[in-house]
Amino acid sequence: MDKLPPLPPGGQLVHNLLLFGRLLRALGLDVNPGRVMDLTVALGQIDIGRRSDFYFAARSLLVHKREDLPLFDQAFQLFWRPPTEGQFVGKPAYSGRKRQAPRTVPPPLRAPDPPPDADPNQANNKPPETVLEVTRTYSALEALRRKDFATLTAEEYAAIKALMAQLNWRLGQRRTRRQTPGGGPRPDLRRTLRRNLKYGGQVLEWSVRQPQYKPRPVVVLADISGSMERYTRLLLHFLYTLSRGLGQPVQTFVFSTRLTPISRPLKHKDIGRALSEVSRAVTDWSGGTRIGEALKDFNYHWGRRVLGRGAVVIIISDGWDRGDPALAAHEMARLQRSCYRLIWLNPLLGSAEYEPLTRGMQAALPFVDDFLPVHNLASLEELAEHLATLDDKRRR
Amino acid sequence: MAHSVFNSIDELQAALRAHKYVADRGLATAIFLALRLGRPLFLEGEAGVGKTEVAKVLATLLDTELIRLQCYEGLDVNQAVYEWNYARQMMHIRLAEARGERPDEAELFGPQFLLRRPLLQAIDASHARPPVLLVDELDRSDEEFEAYLLEVLSDFQITIPEIGTLKAPRPPVVVLTSNRTREVHDALKRRCLYFWIDYPSFEKELEIVRTRLPDAPEALTRQITGFVQDLRHADLYKLPGVAETLDWTAALVALDQKALDPEVVDETLGVILKYQDDVQKVKGEQTRAIIGRVNVGA
Repeated sequence: MDKLPPLPPGGQLVHNLLLFGRLLRALGLDVNPGRVMDLTVALGQIDIGRRSDFYFAARSLLVHKREDLPLFDQAFQLFWRPPTEGQFVGKPAYSGRKRQAPRTVPPPLRAPDPPPDADPNQANNKPPETVLEVTRTYSALEALRRKDFATLTAEEYAAIKALMAQLNWRLGQRRTRRQTPGGGPRPDLRRTLRRNLKYGGQVLEWSVRQPQYKPRPVVVLADISGSMERYTRLLLHFLYTLSRGLGQPVQTFVFSTRLTPISRPLKHKDIGRALSEVSRAVTDWSGGTRIGEALKDFNYHWGRRVLGRGAVVIIISDGWDRGDPALAAHEMARLQRSCYRLIWLNPLLGSAEYEPLTRGMQAALPFVDDFLPVHNLASLEELAEHLATLDDKRRR
Repeated sequence: MAHSVFNSIDELQAALRAHKYVADRGLATAIFLALRLGRPLFLEGEAGVGKTEVAKVLATLLDTELIRLQCYEGLDVNQAVYEWNYARQMMHIRLAEARGERPDEAELFGPQFLLRRPLLQAIDASHARPPVLLVDELDRSDEEFEAYLLEVLSDFQITIPEIGTLKAPRPPVVVLTSNRTREVHDALKRRCLYFWIDYPSFEKELEIVRTRLPDAPEALTRQITGFVQDLRHADLYKLPGVAETLDWTAALVALDQKALDPEVVDETLGVILKYQDDVQKVKGEQTRAIIGRVNVGA
């Protein structure tokens, strides 16, 4: 941006635009000064006296995500209030269908987790007398690996989190339709011709191409309802390590009475920060469970966006469901049809006497490709191994 | 500031209207600025709201060529930019051989053996006016292609190792569309003017149907628009777009209908609803209820 065309008259406007850009940035929109400068150029092209034109010009340059539109609208109305207070007349015809409530700050919720590097003695606010020396002897480690997540002491909890971070996540690969030179079965005419020019165009050596492989997209739907409460904190931690450990974007959702996407808050580098962002985004911690409703919400509004390209879907839930089992079955069936593999992780499956008899679980089970426990570290290791070998076709 | 055919947003809006495209003020502003600033226009929205149509009508409006690149996974340079015509090259080599000459490499990789794919065509110097480049359904392509496209869109030049760098004398008007089956990378969107095309209001949709299908009976048009608008509030897996409204109107006109009849509606629901679950849900009772509401509203 070295050569800027002359700015529209009024240095005040540019100043205000920069302030506005800063406000949007503070609200989490991806706006940089370059974009604001673009806007000043654009404003030279239109009649800025017309409020709606100004609005649309600003919107089309400063916003590039639909989710950000309501935020932008709020910020715009707030910032560019007409000098005469009162109803803003030029409100754009853009109000259409109902969309998500704006990202206002919800009432503070119980933080799911203290920062990981906090003093372990303070974790959980439990008295420090239950000190378990995490000596890395085989037996202690082994006991810890087998210990149910629901029964951990504060120190074991910290130790588990550390071990969790060491898990090695890999994912089955999907053959893409893109090809790279070498190896494979398809002729590479371009290279073939080039290589054989030295023989005067006689084709003596064939060059070939092979398909490229990529890890499958992963979608996680985690139940955070009341019955899962004992596991929730550690599961959130698990979701965090998974989304970082796979080295590729993981689409993560949590649900109890409604579905909340948490991929964005989980992206924070600092785990404590990420988890507190998650707890702000979610408004129905430990509520009742409506698996069918949540899955329907997912299928209707997210499925087509995140399930492309052979996705692996992981549902984490104990299957206690207060919703309609018929709906749950219907939506499970649709979900299974639209993904490559549907994995259900159930923390209760770890106990020997558990049988999946709850109505919700009964309804869902016929559509689950893999039904696995997730109650201790050992089960997570098994999961990691399972994910790495997903490439064999579906069992059924 | 390449394309200043239109002096104001109003003028552009009127011109779009004259070419049977009903654009609201917001979309018209985005298009206007895209033309004025020479920036790509990135259109997102549900299927069938008229994203692709924008590029088509722009090409007509600017009296220039429309170059369309349909995206899919694995779309590569050979399909998007250029490829050598291997068969002709081989033939050329054989002919040279027959004459007892060695094939001349520079000639073999010359323009006469080059197959120009959409992106190369778009930056080609051969156009009288800059063409409209439509990169359709970008969400279907993969990250590799997105990255390449980003490079092309930033300076409208393409390098072919055997020939050299080709640069557009005047950049094309670029329209990118996405159905959001996948999030397109921010870096690419940032370079563009972004506009989300929503489902239209009743008035706007009615105007679209009237403009596109002027022969349809007015009463029927109103009813159909009301029906589809009502249907968009229903709990459906896939809501009908404007394209479906137009198809349905054409279908009912072809069936010689003067007003919505529950039975005919049930029989033709497949034109607007594309999932069996949705058809089953709406068929019968709900059809009658909606028609009832539409008639009360009319």
